[in-house]
Amino acid sequence: MSQGKSARVVVVTSGKGGVGKTTSTAALGAALAQHGEKVVVIDFDVGLRNLDLVLGAERRVVFDLINVIHGVAKLPQALIRDKRLENLHLLPASQTRDKDALTEDGVAKVIAELRTKFDWIVCDSPAGIERGATLAMRYADTAIIVTNPEVSSVRDSDRIIGLLDSKTEKAERGECVDKHLLITRYQLGRANRGEMLSVDDVLEILSIPLLGIIPESEDVLRASNVGCPVTLNNALSAPARAYFDATRRLKGEQIPMRVPNDGRSIFNKLFGRKAA
Amino acid sequence: MNLLNLFRRGSAPVARERLQILLAHERTARSQGDLLGILREEILAVISRHVAFEVDKVQIKMDRGKSVSTLAVDIEIPNGQPSLARGCPA
Ligand SMILES: Nc1ncnc2c1ncn2[C@@H]1O[C@H](COP(=O)(O)OP(=O)(O)OP(=O)(O)O)[C@@H](O)[C@H]1O
Ligand SMILES: [Mg+2]
Repeated sequence: MSQGKSARVVVVTSGKGGVGKTTSTAALGAALAQHGEKVVVIDFDVGLRNLDLVLGAERRVVFDLINVIHGVAKLPQALIRDKRLENLHLLPASQTRDKDALTEDGVAKVIAELRTKFDWIVCDSPAGIERGATLAMRYADTAIIVTNPEVSSVRDSDRIIGLLDSKTEKAERGECVDKHLLITRYQLGRANRGEMLSVDDVLEILSIPLLGIIPESEDVLRASNVGCPVTLNNALSAPARAYFDATRRLKGEQIPMRVPNDGRSIFNKLFGRKAA
Repeated sequence: MNLLNLFRRGSAPVARERLQILLAHERTARSQGDLLGILREEILAVISRHVAFEVDKVQIKMDRGKSVSTLAVDIEIPNGQPSLARGCPA
């Protein structure tokens, strides 16, 4: 194993369910690996694991995070290396246990060990504000708050931002978790017609920096159908380009914000205002 | 495609306004949830240095108004506590 690494721990979180956390964890994790970074993605959704499925690794799961925490398996035994991207690894969640099987100490030890072996640790949080979600964010350096342009999602994101500022290890040390907003399932046409909250609306309300805007797209569905992150399955698709841009921003690059368009809508071209 | 939509204002402005009002409330509630606990503890510490009272006879509550809020502290103190009176003991 390579020595001297110290990974950046990123939590992908939202409060509200079904907004695109798992999709985004897979896409960003894969995109980082495609950029040559050594990445592990961890599924914290104990009892409802799905990251394995979205990554196409569901038939290769032998041991999981809970097994490692309980000492049933060693960490290297539980890590699954992606068949297509050798830099991408998955630590799956347990499907049979409940979320109370996660302990703070156990998670701390697993993260500490992974930190020395990877460049990035991306934690896929379950929905809600219970144990699984608070442990997924507990040791994060950086948080990606996944938000749909819709009232309940924005409200829950605000709540999660409050937790990130109070319940994480960094917050308790008096430091700040680095927070980024990822707007997903964005429909430019609907926002332009005032049918959906716009990027500016969401940004003004939540006031944290914008990491990216992922458009609503069939390519996302197609990618998860075949068990391949969208950045790998169709790298030229609109959502893949948006995830690549977000990944570069996550790495600290300054690149202009745009809403990648799949080019199907003439309406968007005629009336689409410029991206935020 | 309905061209009328171009001229009709959508519902997003309403969503935006409702969220702004709601989150302003929820954010203050979050920060004051702690504030009230801290106030209670420190107020009780100060008063207990001078008079004896029972903790379950203490009520502290905060009423939030539009421009000002009020903090009401209600402590029941049994009679006959000399320390409430000012001045030198004889
Ligand atoms: N940009 C997008 N375009 C279209 N569909 C999307 C997009 N992003 C996510 N979806 C779909 O939305 C659904 C929920 O996505 P996902 O499982 O990633 O959300 P989640 O936040 O992880 O959910 P949970 O809270 O249950 O863990 C999936 O069917 C996914 O394919
Ligand atoms: Mg999920």
